[in-house]
Amino acid sequence: METLKKLFRPFSVVPLAGWFLGVFSAVLMEYYLGDLISYYLYLPKIPVLFGTLFMLKNPLLIPSALAYDCIVYIVPVFLVARLFAPLTNQLAAQLEKMPLWLATLLHLAAFYGILHMWAGINDYRVLVVKLTMISIILTLSLNVINGYQGEFSCSHPGFMALGAYASSTLTLLLFANDKMFGEPLMNPALGPWLFPLILIVGGGVAALGSLIVAIPSFRTRGDYLAIISLAFLFMVKSAIENMEIIGGPRGMSSQPNYASLTVVFVWMALCIWIVHNFTTSVLGKALNAVRDNEPAANSMTVNTRKTKMTAFMFGAFWAGVAGGLFAHVLRYVNPGTFGLNKLAEILAMVYFGGLNSIYGSIIGAVSISMLSEALRPLELFKWIIIPLILILVMIFRPHGLISFTELNVKELMRPRDKERAGGVE
Amino acid sequence: MDIFLQNIINALQWGSFYAVVSIGYSMVYGVLMLFNFAHGDIFMVGTYIGFGIATLLLALFSAFMPGWMIFILVILITMFLASFVGVFVEVVGYRPLRGAPRASAAITGLMIGIIFETGNLIILGAKRFSFPPLIESVTYNFGGIYVTNVKVLIIVASLVMMAALHLFIKKTKWGMAMRAMSYDFQAVPLMGVSINIIAPMTFAIGAGLASVAGILYGQAYPVLDPYMGISLGWKAFVAAILGGRGSIMGAALAGYLLGFIEMFVPMFFPSTFRDLIAYSIILVILTFRPRGFFGMAHSTQLRL
Repeated sequence: METLKKLFRPFSVVPLAGWFLGVFSAVLMEYYLGDLISYYLYLPKIPVLFGTLFMLKNPLLIPSALAYDCIVYIVPVFLVARLFAPLTNQLAAQLEKMPLWLATLLHLAAFYGILHMWAGINDYRVLVVKLTMISIILTLSLNVINGYQGEFSCSHPGFMALGAYASSTLTLLLFANDKMFGEPLMNPALGPWLFPLILIVGGGVAALGSLIVAIPSFRTRGDYLAIISLAFLFMVKSAIENMEIIGGPRGMSSQPNYASLTVVFVWMALCIWIVHNFTTSVLGKALNAVRDNEPAANSMTVNTRKTKMTAFMFGAFWAGVAGGLFAHVLRYVNPGTFGLNKLAEILAMVYFGGLNSIYGSIIGAVSISMLSEALRPLELFKWIIIPLILILVMIFRPHGLISFTELNVKELMRPRDKERAGGVE
Repeated sequence: MDIFLQNIINALQWGSFYAVVSIGYSMVYGVLMLFNFAHGDIFMVGTYIGFGIATLLLALFSAFMPGWMIFILVILITMFLASFVGVFVEVVGYRPLRGAPRASAAITGLMIGIIFETGNLIILGAKRFSFPPLIESVTYNFGGIYVTNVKVLIIVASLVMMAALHLFIKKTKWGMAMRAMSYDFQAVPLMGVSINIIAPMTFAIGAGLASVAGILYGQAYPVLDPYMGISLGWKAFVAAILGGRGSIMGAALAGYLLGFIEMFVPMFFPSTFRDLIAYSIILVILTFRPRGFFGMAHSTQLRL
């Protein structure tokens, strides 16, 4: 651990913008030289997810895949980030003088550009990136309930299903010509513009559905939420299976292709921003107070029931939005998708990353979804390795990897060339 | 009327599985205040162990031993072996997390369950095994109602097991320790009752019961698959909470109730509505009686 720290010390002066520059150079290199490098390393094509697929399929390719990772990713990222650190620190200082929203937007735009270029290499990457970003939304929304609120809710796939089906029904009804609902009711050209509205409606349906869970279960404190939400999950699944008008067990397909990488990215950024604002608002602090000591919070004039209900509906809303995006990314949904497996996956992401923390949710969602994509060639053994990792994380860090931290954009973007007095402003 | 009575018999049989499995959840929940999400998969592993033992014993002794003797032997050996599975889950997944948030322990339970399922698929492959019949099935006809001896055996065996467990918990010293632990698991260890003995014991008893339920299940529905535990397990979990915290009787009663609902819904509605109606009824019951049938009113502080 100490040697690792020593190894990374030279890089502590690199600001976020510097890392972006490093990653950008790596992506640029892959974009222009990727084919050439992979040809000389005897790789059949550019490795999709850092070569893990090649490595696991054919162990003979492990050295060349590792070499590819080194040449294309690791060396340029660290080299460029370190070499240009003085320059990027100046840039970061300039950015710091700007209004916070503008600096954040610029960072986000840069990040999106890099991501777009990296994912643009092939379609599989685009899909993985989209699904990962949807998992981030899901994990954040469940973290509001299980982390910030401190309950144990099992109904997230149900909310997701509600959102997915509501928004799919609307897009198919209004903008698509399909066999289920016939001719579109509105001009399909309007579709992409009204898509955000449709997602919000989907989220609203999920939030309304969450009342079925919230009203009975927040009368008392305790584990009844776990049961009622589980019952709700089964009910939603069973209800959708029995509604022939939306496809029943066969599901719905051929949703229009509205959820492009940009759209999903914007929604993810919005979700992070809004969840951050929610959890740092008075309501969010009240929520933490209710979690830590409900009678005390009550005596401090917190309306506990209302607080819990609001937070629960808020979480459900975002799960619904994520479901809507999910349906339009895969362009096919069926009730079987939103079962106990999905539940286990989302719970794993939340508890792996860390409760009560936005960084944690992002890290949990990204690492679990990347891991499950990267280990895909192992087939069944994947489902031994991922649970084992999770059990180890739970044993050694019971609250998850990064828990109880607040997102601090300013701290994240600040120049790193000189230590501030007191470290954090 | 005939159909009605016939359905009662079927519901009793179907409810027996839920009842016996949900007792395992209920005991762990009562003693440790933790969800044992691996229990459904413990049931699955128990069934497979029972399958292995049954096949072995049938091959070895079927020539000179009567069927009922083999049956009892299978049950005893399987219970013994399966209880180690329960202890394993406790030691690996729950003991290191005793001071941790309760949800974390639930996650480890869930993950151990997934490992069991996958491990089963890896070791035994996707082949479906069929549980060997240990008892010659005989059908009796009581005025149009068909009752097989297997059904009677399942219902009676479950009731006997539950009664034995009830006596164990109410009358013996170990049972008293368990009850005390469920009353206060922080003060009781100070009185010299070690939680490191009581907790594995609870898991072991639950696993033993679940494995017997698995053997009985194998007699009624012989096809085994690695995912048989989850659907039954989650439903039994719902039943356990519906019965009330840590209440054995409540869990059994709720298990039977669930069995009855699931058997009687297809009489009046299309059978695809089974889950929807069953869970709606549970939701309504919990809305008006949030502590379940026999649960004490309590308010738990989640240790987060």
